Amino acid sequence: MSIILNKVYYSYEEKTAFEAQALKNVSLTIEDGEFVGIIGHTGSGKSTLAQLLNGLLCATSGGVYYNGRDIYESDYDKKELRGKVGLVFQYPEHQLFGTTVFEDVCYGPQNLGYSQKETQLRAFGALRSVGLPETCWYHSPFALSGGQKRLAAIAGVLAMGPEVLVLDEPAAGLDPKGRDEIFGLIGKIKEESNRTVILISHSMEDVADHVGRIVVMDHGSVLLDGAPGEVFLRYKELERAGLAAPEAVYLMRDLRERGFLVNEKATTLAEAKASILEAFS
Amino acid sequence: MNLIEAGKLAYEYIIRDEEDNVTEILRALDGVDLQVGQGDFVAILGHNGSGKSTLARHLNALLTAEEGTLWIDGKDAMDAGNAWDIRKSTGMVFQNPDNQIVAGVVEEDVAFGPENLGIPPIEILKRVAKSLHAVGMSEYRRHSPNRLSGGQKQRVAIAGVMAMEPKCIVLDEPTAMLDPSGRKEVLDAAERLNREKGVTVILITHYMEEAVRAGRVFVMDQGKVVMQGTPREVFSQVEELRGYRLDVPPMARLAHELRKEGLRLPEGILTRQELVEALCRLS
Repeated sequence: MSIILNKVYYSYEEKTAFEAQALKNVSLTIEDGEFVGIIGHTGSGKSTLAQLLNGLLCATSGGVYYNGRDIYESDYDKKELRGKVGLVFQYPEHQLFGTTVFEDVCYGPQNLGYSQKETQLRAFGALRSVGLPETCWYHSPFALSGGQKRLAAIAGVLAMGPEVLVLDEPAAGLDPKGRDEIFGLIGKIKEESNRTVILISHSMEDVADHVGRIVVMDHGSVLLDGAPGEVFLRYKELERAGLAAPEAVYLMRDLRERGFLVNEKATTLAEAKASILEAFS
Repeated sequence: MNLIEAGKLAYEYIIRDEEDNVTEILRALDGVDLQVGQGDFVAILGHNGSGKSTLARHLNALLTAEEGTLWIDGKDAMDAGNAWDIRKSTGMVFQNPDNQIVAGVVEEDVAFGPENLGIPPIEILKRVAKSLHAVGMSEYRRHSPNRLSGGQKQRVAIAGVMAMEPKCIVLDEPTAMLDPSGRKEVLDAAERLNREKGVTVILITHYMEEAVRAGRVFVMDQGKVVMQGTPREVFSQVEELRGYRLDVPPMARLAHELRKEGLRLPEGILTRQELVEALCRLS
């Protein structure tokens, strides 16, 4: 089970004066159960990539394979694919529309053709797993707080029972506690189901703290691909691509320049802390 | 007198159902006291729903409070009739750059504000050139805004406010949708306006490390100002901030945790440079 992108190109407004190439020769293999972070500057092609993964956008050239099958084959069931690769858009709370939270969450499984009973069971399960208190399930989604709305929107995608969860900037606009809560939830979902999770973000700290692999996009191409410790060591390339490594990486560099033997591959505050304590005690 | 003086300011959102019956009253501001002097650079922190943005909208007369006092640049903001005058004194930049760009060419977008103030065309041209220069966007003046990066769009939005020559600029989470280099561009531009032009800057943000650059930090919770002080004073209260769903900048957090583990680091470390120096002095 895997997602393979083979030499994918994508252009917006192709063959017009406004043609803009969003992806150029992107080849990627994402294995089952991986936790991947896709980072890149604004306009680097991250969100375009996300929409290719579940067939919302169709590559201008190149192939996308899901579990060994070419999703562009004429008899491939795109609807089923959208249930399997669940996409949580940026600011997903803007897409809430149901009269109650519960109804909103039911919308996805209903459209995938599940029976009413199965739909409701899935909605219950999804609302529980995002931790929304039962008291607000039958309220209007618009009466929820910003963070809760976002949880409801994520529940709407989880209710479809996706094998792969793609989240586009899930923490944008949230306060620090809200950010911790969302990433805690994503980590929990990952752990419980061992789904493949693809996290799109431009916050290096968030990505460093959670994922096992980072793909760096720059002007529509893959610039770097590897473990956080390796990718963030190449912070000069990241800076050229409009990004930056987490503060912990720069701290390690500064301390090494001052002659301290700290771990240069530490990317999170926890790793930096452990390394400093070792070097200074 | 301070540029902004708020005393016991209160505002309620009244939510009505389809029959116009009141179903809920949300007290978004519940007695805010705030003083901001001319030329200050202040940051306002607070969790989602703490009242930051409601407060910001009062500073620009988009909302008018029902209780308390609010004076902006010597004008009474409790009187909705002063709204237009107040908007000449304080300009506002919002979170999403795409929601505040109105024209098809950068310099036309920047000219929109002064045009609406009835400024003579010759003067507008001067102001547009000056404002775009101040945010480092002069070379893009004939570009289409929709081809710019997020950080560049936000800088154009700031230039649009600057062209109205306000005394104060309120930035409501201006970097929430930007990548790291975009965030840096916007903050550098705001800081430069403050330092070089003496513009009062009020920065509302969820990024603790951005607030470090301010001279003074206000923390809001449940519609009130609950903490205020220099960044060093506020960010030394790690546990209290966590109680308000906030955090401290990453390096301050690390210093705090290292201190708990027994390293003899001084209080009040905020930046990476400070932490490196403090660690060097240890050995």
